[in-house]
Amino acid sequence: MADVKQITLTIEGRPVTVPDGTSILEAAKHAGVLIPHYCYHPGLPVAGVCRMCLVEVEKFPKLAPACATAVGEGQVVHVHSPKALEARKGVLEFLLINHPLDCPICDQAGECELQDYTFQEGRAESRYLEPKRWNPAEDFGGDVLYVTNRCILCTRCVRFMDRAAEYPVLNVSERGDRAVIGIHPEQDLGGNVWSGNVIDLCPVGALVSKDFLNKARAWELDHAASVCPGCTQGCNSVLETRDDTVVRMRARPNEDVNQYFVCDEGRLGYRWLNRRDRAELPYVRGTSGALDPADWDDAIARAAALLEGRRAFVLASPTLGNEALHLLARVAERTGGRGVFTVRTGPEAPLSGVEDLALRRDRAANVAGAELVGFERRSAAHVLDGLTAGDALVVADEELADVRVAVPAGVPMVVISSAVPAWAAAADVVLPIANMAEEDGTFTNLRGRVQRFLQAKSPPGLSRASWSVLGDLLAAMGEGAGYWSAAEAFDALAAAHPRFAGLSYDTLGLKGQVLAEHGAPAEPAAVAA
Amino acid sequence: MGYPHTPHPRETQVLSTHFGDPGARTLQGWRDRGGYTALEKALKMDPVEVQNVVKESGLRGRGGAGFPTGVKWSFMKPDGKQHYLACNADESEPGTFKDREIMRWTPHALVEGVALGAHAIYADTAYIYVRGEYTEPVARLEQAVREAFDARILGDDAMGTGRRLYVHVHRGAGAYICGEETALMNSLEGRRGNPRIKPPFPAVAGLFAQPTTINNVETLTAAPHIVNHGAEWYKQFGRPNNPKSTGTKLFSVCGNVARPGNYEVALGFPFGEFLWDVCGGAADGREIKAVIPGGSSVPILTPDECRTAFMDYEGMVAAGSMLGSGGVIVMDDRQDMVVQIARLARFYAHESCAQCSQCREGTAWTTKILERIRDGQGVAQDLDTLLSIADGMTGKTICVLSDSCATPVVSGLKKFRHEFEAKLKASPNVVSMAGASRGGGSMAARLAASLDR
Repeated sequence: MADVKQITLTIEGRPVTVPDGTSILEAAKHAGVLIPHYCYHPGLPVAGVCRMCLVEVEKFPKLAPACATAVGEGQVVHVHSPKALEARKGVLEFLLINHPLDCPICDQAGECELQDYTFQEGRAESRYLEPKRWNPAEDFGGDVLYVTNRCILCTRCVRFMDRAAEYPVLNVSERGDRAVIGIHPEQDLGGNVWSGNVIDLCPVGALVSKDFLNKARAWELDHAASVCPGCTQGCNSVLETRDDTVVRMRARPNEDVNQYFVCDEGRLGYRWLNRRDRAELPYVRGTSGALDPADWDDAIARAAALLEGRRAFVLASPTLGNEALHLLARVAERTGGRGVFTVRTGPEAPLSGVEDLALRRDRAANVAGAELVGFERRSAAHVLDGLTAGDALVVADEELADVRVAVPAGVPMVVISSAVPAWAAAADVVLPIANMAEEDGTFTNLRGRVQRFLQAKSPPGLSRASWSVLGDLLAAMGEGAGYWSAAEAFDALAAAHPRFAGLSYDTLGLKGQVLAEHGAPAEPAAVAA
Repeated sequence: MGYPHTPHPRETQVLSTHFGDPGARTLQGWRDRGGYTALEKALKMDPVEVQNVVKESGLRGRGGAGFPTGVKWSFMKPDGKQHYLACNADESEPGTFKDREIMRWTPHALVEGVALGAHAIYADTAYIYVRGEYTEPVARLEQAVREAFDARILGDDAMGTGRRLYVHVHRGAGAYICGEETALMNSLEGRRGNPRIKPPFPAVAGLFAQPTTINNVETLTAAPHIVNHGAEWYKQFGRPNNPKSTGTKLFSVCGNVARPGNYEVALGFPFGEFLWDVCGGAADGREIKAVIPGGSSVPILTPDECRTAFMDYEGMVAAGSMLGSGGVIVMDDRQDMVVQIARLARFYAHESCAQCSQCREGTAWTTKILERIRDGQGVAQDLDTLLSIADGMTGKTICVLSDSCATPVVSGLKKFRHEFEAKLKASPNVVSMAGASRGGGSMAARLAASLDR
């Protein structure tokens, strides 16, 4: 950055210095000034068409579009001057004359930029006396519904499909006020696994998610910064919940991982976080031979007793956090056992226009984390190879849906899981844990970036965070004294593993840090807003 | 010549000399009339010399903007990059049909001008983008280009100079906006004809992202005459006290005029004399009520304003309008200005490319209001709303289509407001169409008011 010329200008009376070539709109963000805009998006090529970001630049003959005007040395920019405000008021009125006032039934209401800016600086009353334009809504395929009447033709969706997805099936059809977003006659958005991003990109309620349609009002949602558990890319995401139920997952910007995007498989893959067949209580096999509910202390003590004198064969899910995997690895190590995992795979689907962003082959978030703490990757058919009588089997949140491997007789089984699959009915102890939406923790992505996910909802029944349960189990086995927080558990991991050395839960921030040996040394994390 | 009429003695024929003369269309015919001597001369000159003589002549863009041609050419430097010349023959401005006649009667004059212009800007490839509806001009032009290639006037060894010069004729598909230079470039590239944001300007990154110059048909056709006869010769045409506007200009005259047609006069010609003497005034013995002097995008003039105006860039601005493309639309006292202005607005609403919010929505809204007033459904606040919308549409968009729609509305309302007001007075303000008049007082309130009456 040092060789790029720095430009100093004044925006709304605030001096700001940015690299040469920066747009006024981006420079204003640095100065803490939001210039209203619709068509501009930092992840897309500049279009300059909505004309909402017009600002007054001293010595310019006309108002300038802030998104398409580069900063100049000594420029003085007025964002909220009467002239600029009047122009934006005009744009808002033009955009609204044919826009239906169906906010009460529009999913975008509450997070709609047209609504927000109109409320902020638009006209209180319309001067439009004519009938409004009407066009039917259209199914764009995939998860996307196009509500034509709400469209303000910012073309973000068109540019995303052209330039980021490189799957150009959208365009602007027709001209004048007849113009609408058009779709390829034979292809639709269902043909590209990244197309759902147009829903997030749409600044109004024109492109809406069929999955989220009429499900919740934006203002009823709670938001938690998270990481998509769907593959090893580790896209930063936001889990949105209503009444302790995840109702939507969206991308959270991270320039180093996923820009502003998340794939549809991740976006729509949140349902398992809401499953109802959860293990809500600890269970212990009683004298009658049945699994009986137990309290936590008894269940932990029983599990520790079962592992006493046996080698623990730990089968763990790579969707568990680094902390849980580390503690599971400790259980295996202490007993002279081993840790294995298997991972579901699928075809890799890159977002072609963005560097190093893809739906990855391995469809679980923490494959790298599992391998780093010592777990061995195996194919599903051979995952239990080497498990012999005299061992104890510890199954951690792994459902083994595809596995048809018989557990040898005489092997006691401890199931530490958020749900109890049918085959685990043979377990001797069941310890119910939270799923990734219900606990804090970290994943390590395929590029060695360690990223935090935050708790989005509460775990059901008596289930507890995985690292909490495993910390107690290890304590019962004679190691440590358990953990009160994910931070403690992570810091224990960082202390134990040289690869995680130097990282601390607090400094990971919300954009993560890269492991020391993965490329650049860990930088102080930028804490996202 | 005042084609299709015999030339008026007060015309100055340079470009239009051979209008109506089919013999001028063929290569041999064009050579017999002195054609391609200017190109031959220019190809032996350094491009900078060509730029300089054109700069010196004072030739300005004839498409409407009036940018000095030589200066525009001088932006193109011998930088080793691929340069392009684009000739804008997408003549779509309502009331303008001068380029059409150049292409119909003297297609070789344009080919020569394009080749000369390409040489002057270090380009070896030129495109002539012709309005899609111009079927005959396209055929004539394609024939001329073919002949020029066959005669090695164009090609890898243009006129034996070793200079590579390729000219391609491209037909538009019927969009007014493709006459905007950056939209034209997009259209040539096979994209949707949407104007581009400037900067970058075409001279930096134009067609296929290469340095490009765009010139109008009439501008390029004038250039060979300047090369042949010199800058001083060209500068003799014009008002002596206005050195900024030189040369001759074609004016397309249409509407309620006794002798419609194309006229070529020296710039600075008195507009009053032009209208009433050269063109014979209004048709059918009527009175002229309004004149749009430079294509539909410029402010409307009243007859009094016309009488004192001069037909050059500065003279028309002084009269409150613009020279524009030279498309003179005459309206007589039978015309209803509300109807005429509504019709113009509808044109712009139809042709808006739909990129900018103000233009996409504003042109359509303006049209709806004007047509409502026209149909006797106007309400009192409509005129203020129209002016306010026009203000919101002016100077805020990527190109000037939006401004062009607002211009006749604003000038029409300024100069013929009484006609609008008369329509409002006549209007009983009855809502005859469901939803036709939301707002402006609730329906119930209006019903109550009408019952009181």
